[in-house]
Amino acid sequence: MNNSSLSNALFFITLVFLQVTLFNRIDFLGYLNPFIYILYLVYHPYDKENRIPFIFTAFLLGLCIDIFSDSGGVHAAATLTTAFFRPVILRWAFGLSFDHQTIKIGKTTFGQRFNYLILLILTHHLVLFTLEIFSFAHLVILLKKTIFSTIFTLLLCLIFVSLFSKKRT
Amino acid sequence: MQQIINFLIRNKTFITYLVLLFIALGLTFNAHSYHNTKFVNSANRITGGVYNTTDAISDYFHLKEYNEQLVKENRELRSKLFNTPASSTERAQLPPGDSLQERFKVYPATVIKNSYSKERNYLLVDRGSRDSVGQDMGVITSQGLVGIIENTSSGYATVQSILNTLSEINASVKNTNNFGSLRWDGNAPDVVQLVDILRAAPIKEGDTIITGGMSSIFPKGVPIGTIRDFTLDISENYYIINVALFNDMTTLDHVYIIENLDREEILNLENTTNEQ
Repeated sequence: MNNSSLSNALFFITLVFLQVTLFNRIDFLGYLNPFIYILYLVYHPYDKENRIPFIFTAFLLGLCIDIFSDSGGVHAAATLTTAFFRPVILRWAFGLSFDHQTIKIGKTTFGQRFNYLILLILTHHLVLFTLEIFSFAHLVILLKKTIFSTIFTLLLCLIFVSLFSKKRT
Repeated sequence: MQQIINFLIRNKTFITYLVLLFIALGLTFNAHSYHNTKFVNSANRITGGVYNTTDAISDYFHLKEYNEQLVKENRELRSKLFNTPASSTERAQLPPGDSLQERFKVYPATVIKNSYSKERNYLLVDRGSRDSVGQDMGVITSQGLVGIIENTSSGYATVQSILNTLSEINASVKNTNNFGSLRWDGNAPDVVQLVDILRAAPIKEGDTIITGGMSSIFPKGVPIGTIRDFTLDISENYYIINVALFNDMTTLDHVYIIENLDREEILNLENTTNEQ
């Protein structure tokens, strides 16, 4: 247990706690909740050689949220899938150069940061609401929830990143 | 063999992903079918503890509201008591053990986690198996219906809310004998749907909907809501009725859990009848 994995675990627990006690209760306009626990995926350092621990902790994170919100395995599946496709998203958002340097999200331009966050959040929310609703009869609700929740989560994540990035880098 | 092992090592990330995804999907589909959310639910010590603590804090800010609610309920019960004819008051004081008296048992409970914005909503209450709360007991408030207990741990229980697309509760129009089942289409948290009411039924907007006596969970006559509007379904034989709920499902706190003491007997009888 070195310093970085300790702070990682602390970040994990803090995010789960904030999500279930605060952000799951917002219910803006009656149905919108931001899923800020995805910040774990945003901040996690990229390790090209050994991705399995990251994928596994992402699964665990989703499962924790699921247990708290009685939703079966939808958060686990969504977080897991997002974690698996994160390298692709990183490449789209930051170009090929990201392989050679460790990305510090606080030091990127706003455009790159925006792209990175929106792709991550959109992937996550699409999988999440598809599995949660699980019916083509409710396609309109699905799209409505996905789009508005994405906007909500994105706004909060952008605020969070610009507030705390200096401390974390 | 060597090649297979090499293949596995090369694709170990992808295989881990598939295995975990399989588990997650398994849990999801389990949760989609009724009574199967056994493994992943919030009725355990850790989640229950967290919700209990946060609820204790937020409860403090609503004390005045709850007080008013209780005063109102008390007033209604008092006025019922004073307006009952003497003969029936006497009947109400029969010694315990009387079959009429002892059919239903009521336990008070507090909702410590509420949810109404999803497709399948579950609540968490702070009573569990050690308070003799068990699966398939009804949950109501003084105003109306809330849901059915789904899972219990020793100190907590999850409640399948009526705002759950899997929920199906027997209900009827007050003062008629038309039964239907109460479902939810996942749209608004204050409107549920009553289906399977025959077209011939005399209904109009504003009629009261109550639970029917045909379930072994709820007593007959628990208020649910009033008819907001109604249409015919595709076959044009049955009504689809939108019911405006009496309960505000978004601000639930103090609820009552109802145990039907005859439930086991009814189920046994039904089973033996089905076997014949």
